[in-house]
Amino acid sequence: MSPLDAFAGALDSLRANALRSALTMLGIFIGVAAVIAMVAVGSGARETVLAQIRALGANLIVVVPGNVTVGGVRLGSGARASLTQDDALALEREIDAVEAAAPTSRGQVQVVAGGVNWSSWLLGVTPSFFVARDWEIALGRGLEAEDYDRGAQVVLLGETVARTLFDEIDPIGETIRLRNVPFRVVGVLARKGQTTGGQDQDDVVVAPLRAAQQRVLGVNRANARAVGSITVRVRDGEDTAQAEEQIRALLRQRHRLTAAQEDDFLLRNLADIAATRDASSRTMSWLLAAIATVSLLVGGIGIMNIMLVSVTERTREIGLRLAVGARRRDILMQFLIEAATLSALGGVAGAALGFAAARALTRIAGWPTLVSPEAILLAVGVSAGVGIVFGYYPARRAAALDPIEALRHA
Amino acid sequence: MDAAAPGRALMEVEDLARVYTMGGTALRALDGVGVAIGHGEFVAVMGPSGSGKSTFMNLLGLLDQPTRGRYRLDGEDVAGLGADARATMRNRKLGFVFQSFNLLPRATAVENVALPLVYAGVPRGERRRRAAAVLETLGLGARLDHTPLELSGGQQQRVAIARALVNEPGAILADEPTGALDSRTGLEIMALFQALHARGITLVVVTHDPEIAAFATRVLTFRDGRLVEDRRQVPRNAAAALAARPEAAA
Ligand SMILES: Nc1ncnc2c1ncn2[C@@H]1O[C@H](COP(=O)(O)OP(=O)(O)OP(=O)(O)O)[C@@H](O)[C@H]1O
Ligand SMILES: [Mg+2]
Repeated sequence: MSPLDAFAGALDSLRANALRSALTMLGIFIGVAAVIAMVAVGSGARETVLAQIRALGANLIVVVPGNVTVGGVRLGSGARASLTQDDALALEREIDAVEAAAPTSRGQVQVVAGGVNWSSWLLGVTPSFFVARDWEIALGRGLEAEDYDRGAQVVLLGETVARTLFDEIDPIGETIRLRNVPFRVVGVLARKGQTTGGQDQDDVVVAPLRAAQQRVLGVNRANARAVGSITVRVRDGEDTAQAEEQIRALLRQRHRLTAAQEDDFLLRNLADIAATRDASSRTMSWLLAAIATVSLLVGGIGIMNIMLVSVTERTREIGLRLAVGARRRDILMQFLIEAATLSALGGVAGAALGFAAARALTRIAGWPTLVSPEAILLAVGVSAGVGIVFGYYPARRAAALDPIEALRHA
Repeated sequence: MDAAAPGRALMEVEDLARVYTMGGTALRALDGVGVAIGHGEFVAVMGPSGSGKSTFMNLLGLLDQPTRGRYRLDGEDVAGLGADARATMRNRKLGFVFQSFNLLPRATAVENVALPLVYAGVPRGERRRRAAAVLETLGLGARLDHTPLELSGGQQQRVAIARALVNEPGAILADEPTGALDSRTGLEIMALFQALHARGITLVVVTHDPEIAAFATRVLTFRDGRLVEDRRQVPRNAAAALAARPEAAA
């Protein structure tokens, strides 16, 4: 008997007991669906973090204004303008490990060119920014010293913005309006693509910090030198954690914080974030493995049970097959393939459901998910394997039947 | 079909015994039987219930192994053969017909008939072609894709006979093939067996009905596990008997 014949026969007999087969598959089905969906969420999240790290670089530390406690009342993050351009300058000047410390201000702005209107992010930067981040110029020129010094109203366009506003037209030299303030386009940034989270990194407009703050985003009333964040690049070969401690100490000193006071800023190190995400995703992986094992075990026992029933029901059929020339291994293979088919069908259906669930999570809840073909292949392969392992005992029983007794079976 | 080798028996047993031990007591279901069945014989096996007829047939059919004695099938001593080798021999040299037909209930007539070909390694298309051809010669050409439930008892038994024939075996072994059929349908089956006999196929048919045994060329009678009579006879013609019946219309 060829495996193909055995497979066709397996499908026939599963179809003959369609409801029973479906119920038997349920364990494997649900187990595989859950695992595929959860792996998709897990690897989606991990991929997002990885993409962010790739986009930023692991040796970047982002400093943002933190919690401020005034008279026992805790104000939220960013409640006071606690970071300034002078902080950035000090970091760059006084800490050797810091290669660049780029003060930036950021805000959402309406961008208009010709008749086209587009909402994008405006980044106000200083020359340090292009040291900290490896953003490249695709067209035109970058920002130059005198642009910063004079507060020139010039901008670099992210690729998405350039395409949306100017389409095929060369944007260099054109004028755009940011919140109605005219800026001249001097360059277009090289395309950086989307993060897996769906963020478009090219939907951005970059201008000198001074012009951006004074003309568009507005200057902080309490402190004209305040900025939204400082992006620090640690020199290659320097220890990021150590640099972080130096930055913390210097900022605390500059902000005149007493030992009893908390930091009024937050340091975000992407390597740290990645590490915690990695640790938690490892815990998650173990949890998933446990769920998968339990559900496959339960599913497998269900399959073993139903195959034992099937062997008993079909004792006469087995006797007849033996009488007309089936060898032990033909019977063994027939029932093994039947069990594997049952299990693998459950696995395929489960993988499909898990895939659909992952898509739904992305669409409805906006979670980034990633379903790899390997995960699906693995799920289906493992479930077929479960069928073979748990189908082996019933198949052995079938193959060991005595033809005469089997034929006499009621 | 195996070419009839004159002078050499198709099935030859010597001192064949099958002893069942149950709870310490030995039951001699077959107790020292010796007989040779030649190519092209039509043998009826008779005897009272429990005399060992089925036991004898199961041994002839390589479905069971003797406790003692020798069995040569087509010149080959089958004593030492393992289960798989016996399965292959059954597949190549023997066809079985059972009292209760033993058709697969969900399979069509063609699929049932093709089953031995599956284990002979015949490709799918050819299996169907050959099974359909045999069914047609047995007058079931219009019932190829019917399942057993859609067939009468006589038709089911003819499907089973087609299944026994499809591998072109040298011999057909039938244990009470007419036992589940009415007398007229039983006669039809015997007429079919006589036609197969005329084609040179060796037949061994267990029955306890003397009317049925009358269609054979040789009658073996068993009692208490022993062969007590071995008689050759001129067979009655089943087709003629069928035609002679009052409600005759085939
Ligand atoms: N598997 C078995 N275990 C124990 N005893 C058995 C077994 N099979 C048959 N026997 C015994 O062997 C003896 C012969 O049985 P067998 O089936 O050959 O009789 P038979 O001639 O075919 O009878 P019947 O006409 O009723 O079919 C009987 O006494 C029976 O009880
Ligand atoms: Mg019997």
